[in-house]
Amino acid sequence: MADDDIILANLDDAALVEQMHQDLYDGLKDEVVEGVNILLARGWTPYKTLTESLVEGMRIVGIDFRDGILFVPEVLLAANAMKAGMAVLRPLLIASGAPRQGRIVIGTVKGDIHDIGKNLVGMMMEGAGFEVIDLGINNGVEKYLAAIEEHKPDIIGMSALLTTTMPYMKVVIDTLKEKGMRDDFIVMVGGAPLNEDFAKAVGADAYGRDAAVTVELAKDLLMRKHNQRMGT
Amino acid sequence: MPTLQAMLDKRPWLLADGATGINLFHMGLMSGDSPEIWNEEHPERIQKLYQRFVDAGADIILTNTFGGNRRRLALHQADGRCHDINKKAAALAREVADACGRPVVVAGSVGPTGELFAPLGPLTDEEAIEVFVEQIEGLKAGGADVIWIETMSAIEEMRAAGLAAAKLGMPYTVTASFDTAARTMMGITPQAFADAMAELDPKPVAIGANCGAGASDTLGSILAMTGARSDMVVISKANAGIPKYVDGHIHYSGTPELMAAYAALAIDAGARIIGGCCGTSPEHLAGMRRALDAHVAGPRPDHAAIVARTGPFLHRPAPTGGGAMEGRKRRG
Repeated sequence: MADDDIILANLDDAALVEQMHQDLYDGLKDEVVEGVNILLARGWTPYKTLTESLVEGMRIVGIDFRDGILFVPEVLLAANAMKAGMAVLRPLLIASGAPRQGRIVIGTVKGDIHDIGKNLVGMMMEGAGFEVIDLGINNGVEKYLAAIEEHKPDIIGMSALLTTTMPYMKVVIDTLKEKGMRDDFIVMVGGAPLNEDFAKAVGADAYGRDAAVTVELAKDLLMRKHNQRMGT
Repeated sequence: MPTLQAMLDKRPWLLADGATGINLFHMGLMSGDSPEIWNEEHPERIQKLYQRFVDAGADIILTNTFGGNRRRLALHQADGRCHDINKKAAALAREVADACGRPVVVAGSVGPTGELFAPLGPLTDEEAIEVFVEQIEGLKAGGADVIWIETMSAIEEMRAAGLAAAKLGMPYTVTASFDTAARTMMGITPQAFADAMAELDPKPVAIGANCGAGASDTLGSILAMTGARSDMVVISKANAGIPKYVDGHIHYSGTPELMAAYAALAIDAGARIIGGCCGTSPEHLAGMRRALDAHVAGPRPDHAAIVARTGPFLHRPAPTGGGAMEGRKRRG
């Protein structure tokens, strides 16, 4: 490997951060962890380290995923590298009271085992600074309700891959409506067979075409919701 | 009992069937329930759907076992009944095929496990083969003629399922879902897929594309495959448009006319087995059969001809005559 001779600790901050973006892109877990530790040792705050190295690096990965340059295997490797860096930062972020983007409860709906896309969304959201509560697969409406009660999320994310499970999203949304809770949350849906019109028809706020688009939409929707609240 | 190969030797094209899940919805399946368990709970409805496809002109019917592997049945606490469910589904199809008075192939549907292979995920090749062998044993015992491996995205999983079929002495076909920027979710181009399948021993009877993103995109994948290799029989099984949620039900946007146009284009693009995937009703299939029966061979369509007849591509299609799409160069 041509990159073997790069000594991360010898790079100045700007070059190191750029190299970390590249290492994230290439899914090099150990190098990303090393980079995080070097920045922290140089006195960077956990929050600055998170946003400038990991969040920005994953944003670049997200763009190439969205544009069909990277695919699931590469993005999973990048996300795993990001997670390794996050593992170092997470306790420090909590201890330092760093700001968070928001909290999302995410899960694959009832009857559906598929979670590759959902996991990617979870990891990319985490990489973008969100707190992610992952309910896993096969979630009936009662599981979403329990998670809402326990975690008080800003966003509820639902995923489905099958034509036989995607209508279940409406069951969950209708239940939220019946309970008068629908407007308390941003509801986002995704999965290979879905589309924008389908998301609207079942009553979701947004359709996330892929993990990268979902992160941008989530940030956007959260900001709009925040502004609305501020306005009233 | 007709074999798929024997039918292919005799006929220029064969009509496969349409959707299973969406048609079972219209027969009362509830969202989130397992279609596979209906083989035991509502065998008469499953046979009715098979019969409707046969009546619409299908030469090949797929068993209602797409999610019939142990890993997926576990979701419905039915993983212990994998063999019986698959055997039953195949036997139901066998009865319909044998009673219809013309040769109809029973294809045992095998879908993905839903899990990632090592090192990305937990599944090893050995485990995957074991999972598929269990399902295929059931399908074979119930009288399936061929194993129909479908909606795949990872080469490792296609290979595992193909090996499992071969282990049991069953001929098999493999179709992948090219739903992400004209590749599978795992980044496999139609050409790379075709090349990988051609290397398997024994080779699949046929390979192709199913599900994915609408008729035009599927046709784009077919062109890329037939352009790259002339030595493989190609299957095209496209969705009938895209799903819409109307009045509490899912409907697909494609009309029988659109699917008829798609079937004619698929033949001219070099496919020899043509059918529909999600959203394809028996009515759609009947339209496709009429179009194929009346078809006069036309020129190999280009992308413009596809767009003109079945609408715009959702993703930029793969190159038609070989040559992989260049991505950003990765380092390391």
